[in-house]
This record gives sequence, structure tokens and C-alpha cells, in this order.
Amino acid sequence: MANAVIDVRGLTHRYAKTEQPAVDGLDLEVQGGEIVGLLGPNGAGKTTTLHAVLGLLEPTAGSVRVFGRSPIRDRGAVLGRLNFASVDVDLPSNLLVEECLRIFAAIYNVPDRLRRVQELIQRFELEPLRRQRIGVLSAGERMRLKLCKALLNAPDLLVLDEPTLSLDPYMAQKVRQLLQAIQRERGMSILYTSHNMREVETFCDRIVFLHRGRKLAEGSPSDVMARTNSRSLDDLFIRVATSGELFDVA
Amino acid sequence: MSPSAMSATRILALFQRYVFLHRRSLIRMFDIGFWPVMDLLIWGFMTRYLQQVVSTPRAQVVVFLIGAIIAWDIHYRGQQAVTISLMEEIWTRNITNLLVAPVRLWEWVTASFLYAFLKVAVVTLILAGLAKALYAFDLARGGWAFLPLAGSLLLFGWSIGLTTAGLLLRYGYAAEALIWGIPFLLQPFSCVFYPLESLPRWAQSIAGLLPSTYAFEGLRRTFQGQAVSPTMWLGVIGLNVLYLTLGVVLFVWMFRRARADGRLGHLGQD
Repeated sequence: MANAVIDVRGLTHRYAKTEQPAVDGLDLEVQGGEIVGLLGPNGAGKTTTLHAVLGLLEPTAGSVRVFGRSPIRDRGAVLGRLNFASVDVDLPSNLLVEECLRIFAAIYNVPDRLRRVQELIQRFELEPLRRQRIGVLSAGERMRLKLCKALLNAPDLLVLDEPTLSLDPYMAQKVRQLLQAIQRERGMSILYTSHNMREVETFCDRIVFLHRGRKLAEGSPSDVMARTNSRSLDDLFIRVATSGELFDVA
Repeated sequence: MSPSAMSATRILALFQRYVFLHRRSLIRMFDIGFWPVMDLLIWGFMTRYLQQVVSTPRAQVVVFLIGAIIAWDIHYRGQQAVTISLMEEIWTRNITNLLVAPVRLWEWVTASFLYAFLKVAVVTLILAGLAKALYAFDLARGGWAFLPLAGSLLLFGWSIGLTTAGLLLRYGYAAEALIWGIPFLLQPFSCVFYPLESLPRWAQSIAGLLPSTYAFEGLRRTFQGQAVSPTMWLGVIGLNVLYLTLGVVLFVWMFRRARADGRLGHLGQD
């Protein structure tokens, strides 16, 4: 689609020395202002898909367009408009919270950097930690910092990999609310992976369910649950993980 | 903001990030103030001893051992600074944050070169001061030719640093041993402490392919008050241009290979 923020067609990627492709002929679209959840058991192809969108890998076959451009050939133009946070990716442990954000704000050429850093520190309740070394922060505090970093450049597309995994229920809810508020304010698109199915049900406009690199189901959470005769996304997840059951894609 | 101003801001931010590494890390400070000083002490005392047992005018050659260890440090620390800048990002699992930011490869390379230059400048000043205070060895005796020759050793350090950084991108932690090993593989053939003609013929053939050999030969001459021959300058400049070009090509190629096979997104996670 012409206005899609992410437009993935026939994405296939096979890692070296593996028989099965990690992603096999995947089509995926994310529209402006949409929150899309990428779900599936371990090894479903979620991370590979995220990496293709972020320009971290060159697909074996198929095309990836972000803002209508290739994230590999037009790297600078694409990456300046998106940002990313993941539970598996850390920030430099020997920097202080505030100086880390200032450095990333400079890397993203954020205008009025000091004000923007201050604003995000306050919004994510990191004020008491601004002079702390990142290495001594708790997992939850680090994730809040990663989200601050991910919002520094006011991205049009936010790619989040398990953003609430290390957060306690209170902070997880707070972060979801914050992200939803920021998303509404800015009309930002979010591509999101999570194993927390309840979170996905409430947070995502649409979900894409992957298994062994292929799309099993796509639609709004309630729509997917209805079409697959599932009581909940948890139920669907467990059925797919245990039996690899296939569903028709509408 | 113009594209060049944006690039300058990014380069400065990355440079600042690498300089900040030293503020709260004793290990990083050791890299500047401890290991190079230990090298100097060992070679300084060795020089003193040799001066006592070697009669003049050969003692003049012995004195250069101190200059040689300082010059070797310029090459070695230059190489390490470039590679460790990347290694640091992998160790701290920050590499993906940079790879998905609008940082161009040449911006990262420039920032790591600047960091290497600063680190080498600080180490050299410390060593030059200590050499003068402890062994009455004056680095300024090398004259103006010392600067371009030392600069060429830094340039060769950058080339090797880029090569090992490329290998890190392509092979991850498996390539880590090369970062520490390659300089010591080159050292015997670079004629750091002895002249080229003292090597066996087969080793001379290898030494002739390294710009560091010509730089050390040139430095030995300048410290003896002789002029550096045009052949040496040609070797220094020509081979450095060649190796820097090869280093850049290899680094970019390794980056693209790592992206093609999907390793780039998994750096530091294997």
C-alpha cells in the first residue's frame, strides 16, 4: 500500500547453515498511527522480521520498504525517522543516565536536546536516577531508560521488542499507558513483539501471528480470537506452540 | 541543520562517548597510564644496562630502544583504540542501538580515529615526559621528521584496527583473539628494535611489505641525526595509502557480509 509506514512483501530469510528459513514469504503492512503486535512462539521469525525492518539484515528474498524506502539503501533517511528498544539490547553501562541520553540525542540530531532529554526523564520518572551510572540500574529502570532513548527523536515508527518483559506489573502498565498517550499525541506507528498475550490484547490495534516463519493469522485481537475459536490469545498461543496448528489467514 | 553539520554532531557525540569510557574505568585508565609506562620502564632499564656494556659509537643505537618503544606504542594504541571502540559496543550490547541509528559507517570510523589520535597523543606525551625525566631521552632529538613518521605509525594502526573491527563484525567474539594478536604478529617484521638488514632474507621480504618497517628505519636515522631517504618516505606513504584503502574496503565488505547473513543484529548475543 502506498501510504504504509512498513510494507514487507514476500520476506524470506535463511540464516547460514540452517535448513528452514527463519522467515518464509511474509507479507506485512503497518499503517500510520497503527500499533501492530508481532506474535509467535520462540523461533517464529519475529526478531528476523524486526531486523529486516531495521535494516540489520538483507533478506534472502522479498522486499522491505519503510516510509516507502529501503532501510538498507536509504539507511540514513529511514533510520532518522524510527527508533528501537529491546530487552536484549542494552545502553552503555559506564555512562550516566543523563549523559547517555544527551549522546543519543546528538546522534539523532534532536533539536533543543537538553529540553527534550529533560522532558523524557521526567515523563519516565527517571529524575532521581539522572546522575546514576547505567550499570547499576535495575532491569526495570534500564528498560524505562531504553524507552526514553527510543523516543528521543520523536519517531514516526517505534520498533519495540518485549518492552515490558523486565518491568513489574505496575511499571508495565504505566509504560503501556505512556506509550499509548505518546502514540495518540503523535500518531506514531508501533511494531511490537511481546509474549504477554493479555498486554497484546489491550495494547495492539492489530496482531500478526507467526509460526515457523509463516503468518498464521492476522487481524484485530478479538477478530483473530473469533476466527481461530480461541478463548484468548494465550489459548491460541499455547495451541500453536504445542501442535503447530495452522489457521486460514483472512 | 546542514548534512555536514549533522555528521559533525554525530561524530562528536560518538567521540565523546569513547572519551567518557576512561572516566569511570580503572581498566581503561591502565591502558593509558599503566601498560605503556611499564613498557617504557622495562626498555628504559634495558637501555641503561646496554649502554654500560656497549662501547661508543654503538651506544647511540641502543638509546633508540627507548624511542622505539614509544613509537611502537603509537602504532599499537592506535590500532587498539579503533578496534576496542567497536568491541566496547559489543561488550555492552549497545551495538544494535548504533546500527539502527542514522550513524554512517564513515562517521563511526572518523570518531574512532579521533579517539585513537587523542589516546595516542596523551600516551606519547606521558611517555616522552617520563623518558626525559628517567633516562634523559629527548624525543625532540628526532627532529621534525619524527612527526610524519609517528603519524604514519598511527595511520598503519588505524588500518589494522579497521581490519580487526571488520573481522569482529563478521565473526563476533570468535575474532577477539585477533585484536590482541595481530600487532604482535607484525612486531617482529616491523624492525622496531633492530635494523632491517639484521633480519634473515625471508623475513626481510615480509618486512619490506610493511610501512612500519620504513617508519622505524626512518626513525632510527633521524635519532642518529641522519636524513630519511626518499625510498623510506615512499615506502611509508605508498604502503600506508595501500593498507588504509584495504582496511576501509575490508571493513565495509565485512559489514555488508554480516548484514547479508543476519549476523549484524546478533552481535554480542552469541
